[in-house]
Amino acid sequence: METTLFRRLCETDRPVIRFVLDGRDCEALAGDTLLTALLTNGQRLRSSEFDDGSRAGFCLMGACQDCWVDLDDGTRLRACTSFIAEGLRIVTRSVKGAL
Amino acid sequence: MNDEPPIVVGAGPAGCRAAATLVAAGLAPIVIDEAPQSGGQIYRRVPAGFTRTYRALYGFDAAKARRQHDTFDTIKASIDYRPNTLVWDLKPGVLHCLSDGRSEALAYREVILAPGARDRIIPFPGWTLPGIYTLGGAQIALKYQGCAIGGRIVFMGTGPLLYLVAYQYAKAGAGVAAVLDTSSFATTRRAVPGLLRGGSTFAKGLWYVAALRARGVIVANGIRPVAAEEKDAAVSAFLYRDAAGNQHRLACDAIAFGFGLSSETQLADLAEIPFAFDPLQQQFLPERDITGRTPVRGVYLAGDGSGIAGADAAELAGERAALALLEDRGHAVDKRRLAALERALQRIAGFRLALEAAFPFPVDMAAGIADETILCRCEGVTVGEFCREARALDADEINRAKAFSRCGMGRCQGRVCGPAAAAVLAAKLNLPPERMGRLRVQPPVKPIPMAVLSDD
Repeated sequence: METTLFRRLCETDRPVIRFVLDGRDCEALAGDTLLTALLTNGQRLRSSEFDDGSRAGFCLMGACQDCWVDLDDGTRLRACTSFIAEGLRIVTRSVKGAL
Repeated sequence: MNDEPPIVVGAGPAGCRAAATLVAAGLAPIVIDEAPQSGGQIYRRVPAGFTRTYRALYGFDAAKARRQHDTFDTIKASIDYRPNTLVWDLKPGVLHCLSDGRSEALAYREVILAPGARDRIIPFPGWTLPGIYTLGGAQIALKYQGCAIGGRIVFMGTGPLLYLVAYQYAKAGAGVAAVLDTSSFATTRRAVPGLLRGGSTFAKGLWYVAALRARGVIVANGIRPVAAEEKDAAVSAFLYRDAAGNQHRLACDAIAFGFGLSSETQLADLAEIPFAFDPLQQQFLPERDITGRTPVRGVYLAGDGSGIAGADAAELAGERAALALLEDRGHAVDKRRLAALERALQRIAGFRLALEAAFPFPVDMAAGIADETILCRCEGVTVGEFCREARALDADEINRAKAFSRCGMGRCQGRVCGPAAAAVLAAKLNLPPERMGRLRVQPPVKPIPMAVLSDD
């Protein structure tokens, strides 16, 4: 079982959405942001460009731009303002540079 | 007769009320909002499929949230509503809007800017670790997603949001380890007479503190953060000094922090509105009068984006700015209503003074930040690097310091590090913060696809 950052407290009676996180099959709920989907399945969104640490977002309101994540087709999405969708393939282990 | 629709940017308390006021006068404004649904941050609506009641979501503010949502839903058919749309650039007379990957230039003769605010931050060692969020961010996780940011959470910083979010977490069943306020008890107590003028706001604050203490949560005042510790690539403890200077270590798996709010002023800047340093808010703010008019004809400001005053003031200011726009178009407006709005706004401004006095931005913290602390999380610039660059190149002003150190040049455009960077530089140079100048805005105000920039 992966350690997760976020804990669900309520609103869990929503349809399950399946997605792939770093090659691992994961489940989220309809209405989850990408950030919620990732952090209820793990504890990182991406690697830091500057050290060996991870980043997991910060403001959750589209201001800080800390939470951009990569899909396996190269698309970049801001995790706090994008919603999870069935079949999305997300890669948090790439070490691609900043925008 | 001007039959071009006015544009409202932002659909929070100020933008919604402005739009409703324009609709009531027979106009059909364009309302542009970055979010998928109206409400702004404070009255942010949950995604489809969520079922909590207004009472559970918004607490004491449930009735206000419902009224605002209902108002917006009622006018929706009468306006040109554009959700999920980012205004990424503004040139006088034109807004550049990005929606669904496509940019559109939208001409305007009148625009009401109501972009809102964000948390104000001072970094501490370890603040970029997974598990550490702003107070506003922690609130969004709970309200908008039904999640806690961790299992054992430290709430730290100052301001009304500190106690509100900690209380909301405790009430929802999350593990709240402590509420640590950087404002001293004496500072807050001195402001009580002023706070009492704010009506129920102060009583609510006391109620949150009592409810937290009743649940066994540590509530401490006058603290200073020392560092967040890491274990297995996430936060594992928070170190702080209490008011007496003794160091404590609290095991935790999440931290939410913030020191009041900062206004989103980028669009006002691009609209060429002059700015002045506001000593109360410790931020450069665009010039506007109580009516929301600015020195730039056709550009009006309302809400926390032009100076923090809270949601109630934002609604009043949104209505006042819309009425100013109508007056300037030659519409007849109710003079008694104008006077009532302005009186109410002045009353809130008085309360605002007391709030800032009770929960001051701890500028002394900026002076004492350890050199190895990351200041700019976008570019990974430490306090030490920032100060070395600034000193070596004699950068006595924030934009020069930014150019040399890259602090503030990252994806967030200084939204996160700006207030702290100015305070750090002022402290190191022993100059008042207003002498540091302000970070100049460069479009795009937020990241957009490169293809959009080359098309436009």
